[in-house]
Amino acid sequence: MSTQAELDKVISSEYEAGFTTLVESDTLPPGLNEDVIRVISAKKGEPEWLLEWRLDAYRNWLEMAEPNWAHVTYPPVDLNAISYYSAPKSMEDRPQSLDEVDPELLDTYKKLGIPLHEQEMLAGVAVDAVFDSVSVGTTFKAKLAEAGVIFCSISEAVHEHPELVKKYLGSVVPKGDNFFAGLNSAVFTDGSFVYIPKGVRCPMELSTYFRINEANTGQFERTLIVADEGSYVSYLEGCTAPQRDENQLHAAVVELVALPGAEIKYSTVQNWYPGDKDGKGGIYNFVTKRGVAHDNAKISWTQVETGSAITWKYPSVVLRGDNSVGEFYSVALTRHAQQADTGTKMIHLGKNTRSTIVSKGISAGKSSNAYRGLVRMGPRAENARNFTQCDSLLLGDTCGAHTFPYIESKHPSATIEHEATTSKVSDDQLFLCRQRGIDPEKAVSMIVNGFCKEVFKELPMEFAVEAGKLLEVSLEGAVG
Amino acid sequence: MLEIRDLHAAVAGEPILKGLNLTVNAGEVHAIMGPNGSGKSTLANVLAGKDNYEITGGEALFEGKSLGDLEPEERAQLGLFLAFQYPVEIPGVSNMEFLKAALEATRKAQGKEEWDSVTLLRKARETCKQVDLDPQFLKRGVNEGFSGGEKKRNEIMQMLLMEPKLALLDETDSGLDIDALQTVARGVNSLRSPERGIVLVTHYQRLLDYIVPDFVHVLSNGQIIKSGGKELAHELEEHGYGWLTGDRNDGKDQSA
Repeated sequence: MSTQAELDKVISSEYEAGFTTLVESDTLPPGLNEDVIRVISAKKGEPEWLLEWRLDAYRNWLEMAEPNWAHVTYPPVDLNAISYYSAPKSMEDRPQSLDEVDPELLDTYKKLGIPLHEQEMLAGVAVDAVFDSVSVGTTFKAKLAEAGVIFCSISEAVHEHPELVKKYLGSVVPKGDNFFAGLNSAVFTDGSFVYIPKGVRCPMELSTYFRINEANTGQFERTLIVADEGSYVSYLEGCTAPQRDENQLHAAVVELVALPGAEIKYSTVQNWYPGDKDGKGGIYNFVTKRGVAHDNAKISWTQVETGSAITWKYPSVVLRGDNSVGEFYSVALTRHAQQADTGTKMIHLGKNTRSTIVSKGISAGKSSNAYRGLVRMGPRAENARNFTQCDSLLLGDTCGAHTFPYIESKHPSATIEHEATTSKVSDDQLFLCRQRGIDPEKAVSMIVNGFCKEVFKELPMEFAVEAGKLLEVSLEGAVG
Repeated sequence: MLEIRDLHAAVAGEPILKGLNLTVNAGEVHAIMGPNGSGKSTLANVLAGKDNYEITGGEALFEGKSLGDLEPEERAQLGLFLAFQYPVEIPGVSNMEFLKAALEATRKAQGKEEWDSVTLLRKARETCKQVDLDPQFLKRGVNEGFSGGEKKRNEIMQMLLMEPKLALLDETDSGLDIDALQTVARGVNSLRSPERGIVLVTHYQRLLDYIVPDFVHVLSNGQIIKSGGKELAHELEEHGYGWLTGDRNDGKDQSA
């Protein structure tokens, strides 16, 4: 077995004593050093080049400092208190049925109308190996294979398609890009890999949902999507149902490569556990997402963010090729003590490049919601155009909304438009609804959904309906 | 249907209504007139239950229930409708979506048969035509980018669809040209029925040429100072409000 061979090789080399015990254990002791990275790589049976890549990322990362410019505050995360590898929980360790799951979580699933077997999956219940989604997954894979589409875990891709992974991994988000991306590069556990061949229109929307029970992707997820010339793919990430996770820190990296004439549509619904009313126990989500669009290519990010205690996320597009297009549509809802600093970067390098940014921030409770966006027109970006619209909606008067736009233009013919508004759900709007017999909770959710309409219409149909429902559930109790 | 007895009300703590009496029976159309600041709009908003409009004394009974004890949506569900003076915009929420939510809530509460989407759409389109609104307006955001006249006609459209027991119209005539005024009046007149009460709050007599009231009341300084038939409106038109505001009755001289 190649895995064993790799292990043997690693173990027999110059590493310190104690390493063998590490490889044999299911969970590594907390802490991060080069050995830990070697163990991760060995456990996954990775080729030498990838181990070197990780180690290089790690050494680079040691020199980096955690960024502190975002409009969020949180106690420092002790990165040495984290275990960087643990095998998926065994069936015996998991809840044996939904009766053992937090009733509040179940209540939310019910409100979202999530089928029972999915509830079990989301709550991590030990379920029989044979259940619906497995067979769904199989038919699904056959259909993709017919079209020549590769959709698998990134660990699998490292073995099955090493040339593609080697060529594109880190090509969009270099391993030394930023503190969190550097950390991810050193220790990433798993994630998705997608390749769409030339001229192929992916026959279905690709969803992480189909992969959810295949691997424990953990807190350092790595996704790589390559759309070859003239191809098209729509990728859905996440789930409207709140997902529990014991890991507090999440630092994912997503890289998109749209080769000439290709189009990638990437939609996210993020609903990680936001913590209790004071934000305790919530997830810290520090994500680096970026795409490169070559000539005539298009990359579109659509995100609905309602979860996490802290969100630090700027899905970006590098408009490298001429006539390339970048889009960013975002709804970020914060409540209780949630903090979000999110936005995008549109880096215009090619001629006639166009970008559109529509950001909708909704804040309730004591939360803080910031939009941070960079639009940069490079020296070659002749006739480049950007339009930015940034709207904030406040519910109540204890929350905050902030907008931090950065604009840099190095070409005189570039056009940049920026519109920003801040509004409140007015008493008059609420009164109009109530006077027509509509109860206040339904009214607020209707008004907020209306506010987000421009973004929701960019989501695939089913996702849009779910996102609307998600907002409704998230807003419950937000208005007295 | 509506019994108001010695009603006192304050807006953000400031007393506006000071002992108002009024009875509206099913089948009647009442006009409430009065100079600016007399409390006309306050009356409409108090009855509908707007925030900060507080009943401080007396009572207002609708269908035998004390309005002060009910939330605004409960009043609406009982069949009380207010056509707003300044209809507010709700961007991104389509008129149709809004109507659906409103009709679902009220028809259910009133034990009326619920309309499916097809029925609702058909009825909404017909009603739009009745008030000279292009049915395309159903797809647009509630009042979003509507002209003043379109907003008022949109209110009437909602009122016709919701078939309230008691319709309060707060200065629906303000800002309307003569054609729009006639359209609105036609809509209101089509709603007149022996089961329904209508209260028109207006500053000008003009609307009453098209919607002929059974009773006219003059409101001044938070009280009704004179009540009469439709001819009272004409007298007011002739003499102005000054004719009455000096000549204060005890507020109990009511013909209804």
